[in-house]
Amino acid sequence: MHTKEKTSSVVIRLIIAIIVAVYVLFPFFLLLINSGKVTSDITSNPVSLSGASLSQLLENIKAVINDPNFLFWSSFGSSALITVVSLVLLSLFGAMAAWVICRNKTVWSTVIYFTFIASMIIPFQVVMLPLISTFRDVGKFIGISMLQSVPGIVFAYLGFGGAMTVFILNGFIKGVPYDLEEAASIDGCSPEQTFFQIIFPLLTPVITTVTILNGMWIWNDYLLPSMMLGQNGKVMTIPIAIQKFVGSYVKSWDRILPAALLAIVPMIILFLIAQRQIMEGMIEGAVKG
Amino acid sequence: MSTFSIGRKATSFICLIAGIVLTIVGLGMSIAGTGNVYRGAMLVCGIILFFIGLYLFPTLKHHRSIINFIFLFPLLFAFLVTVIIPLFLGIGYSFTDWDGIRLKGFVGFSNYARMFKQPAFLWSTLLTFLFVVFNMILVNLVAFLLALLCTSKIKGLGFFRAAYFLPNLIGGIVLGYIWQFIFSNVVTKFTGTYSMLSDTNTAFIAIIIVYIWQYAGYIMLIYITGLNTIPGDVLEASAIDGANKMQTLFNIKLPMIAPTITICTFLTLTSAFKQFDVNLALTNGKGSVQFFGNYIANGTEMLALNIYTTAVINNDYALGQAKAVLFFIILAIVSIVQVRVSNKREVEL
Repeated sequence: MHTKEKTSSVVIRLIIAIIVAVYVLFPFFLLLINSGKVTSDITSNPVSLSGASLSQLLENIKAVINDPNFLFWSSFGSSALITVVSLVLLSLFGAMAAWVICRNKTVWSTVIYFTFIASMIIPFQVVMLPLISTFRDVGKFIGISMLQSVPGIVFAYLGFGGAMTVFILNGFIKGVPYDLEEAASIDGCSPEQTFFQIIFPLLTPVITTVTILNGMWIWNDYLLPSMMLGQNGKVMTIPIAIQKFVGSYVKSWDRILPAALLAIVPMIILFLIAQRQIMEGMIEGAVKG
Repeated sequence: MSTFSIGRKATSFICLIAGIVLTIVGLGMSIAGTGNVYRGAMLVCGIILFFIGLYLFPTLKHHRSIINFIFLFPLLFAFLVTVIIPLFLGIGYSFTDWDGIRLKGFVGFSNYARMFKQPAFLWSTLLTFLFVVFNMILVNLVAFLLALLCTSKIKGLGFFRAAYFLPNLIGGIVLGYIWQFIFSNVVTKFTGTYSMLSDTNTAFIAIIIVYIWQYAGYIMLIYITGLNTIPGDVLEASAIDGANKMQTLFNIKLPMIAPTITICTFLTLTSAFKQFDVNLALTNGKGSVQFFGNYIANGTEMLALNIYTTAVINNDYALGQAKAVLFFIILAIVSIVQVRVSNKREVEL
């Protein structure tokens, strides 16, 4: 730099940064301390540590974790299952579709590509009502329940996440040299071998990006599962469980707060482990999407 | 010259035939309504067998086309069934008296006429526009200032970036309830008994505060990326030429990150417009307000929530669907205009 920065301005900036950080993290702190209190302590002094103890925290969590309206382990399991299966299928089918669209310059592939791009602007609200009735009718028709079932919701995520996944993957595949595929084809590789043995392994970084983007969306999504699984269905995801739980314990913060804490802990742990990848993935997705 | 073994040919044909037969039987049972519980499994197995047969089909000339078809099919099929077909059905339903299950007839534009006679809907539309404008400005401003902070020379940058981004990881429902607690139990300790969420105006501000808290850290990350792409020698040259910090900011940094600004305004605009979770969890739309002489009980209800309430809670599916179609049209127009305007500005800058 041309001039040395004044120490005073650096200190001021650091102080501002700390104040903002305190403001941003304060709700998490409040959530944590008040999850370990009894109701009277929560209402009388929510900001102070008085009344908060680890034993009370464990007791509150124990009371919440097996509540029939929350069923933490079962909703956590459903959320994890739905998210993981959707992510695997989206990455696999998305990469397959993006590769075909990218490497075949026909009218059809162009039409499909632009339909995908245009569809990204469609809000869920405009399709949700007919979607539910269609799924209900199709489910009845073929005898496989599409609502209140894991396969049904995974199928829906495949449809709704497909457009963005193909768009981002397509942008990446364009940059993969076509010579690689020609060489493989001369060496006797069939197209599917070329894809799975040569192209797919090269896509690892961009698959990570779409997995993070789709994962954040699917894990936290509320509206789609609430429409498809319902509040009283056999399968509950974490956001649905929270909504249902709050509805049954209106303003009982000694129950709601520990439940909210349980709901965010898995995500926070994941963030602590893969902080860099998550932040980079979110940026990549925004800049390319 | 035969390049394919008898075994492969036989497998292919058997799979194809078995697949077609199973699919037809499965469909036939469904149409006949026999109630056979295995009809769905038969249908699925039939389709899978058909694809295996197709994959093994003994042809060299068309193999590439077959692979293209098999590769495209799963995603495209899901996309058609979950997005495209419901979209067209939905547009159609908005002109009928559909009740979520069946429809009796077409009613023309009467659903659309009906929603404009609802003061609550008009209020909700107005509120959504206000929310979008406030958010677009405030989130971008806060995020940009944070990005400037997080690209300057201070200690612990990595920590601050991660901390500011953290709220974005959490779903709107959960953080909506955490903030409901804060507004109704913690903030009241400082303001007396008065809760921000009980008054429509302050509840609206509360939603904006929560939204900035959730979203600014994410937008900040994108601005940081944008700021980091500015070449160091440009900044150095401007410093040598004697530009002060403000001049550097307005004449160099802002013009050079114009594409980033476009992305960020687009993201904040569309996400604020579609805001649902925080709205539901924080206020559930409640708040009384006077609007052109009408009393409205859902004073903080934005469009996405209004659509949901109309259809799912009040069971007026046709009206909800018509509102959703209008919602889609507004969103499409606003996004296209935003991208056009930004692109033009980018060129000018």
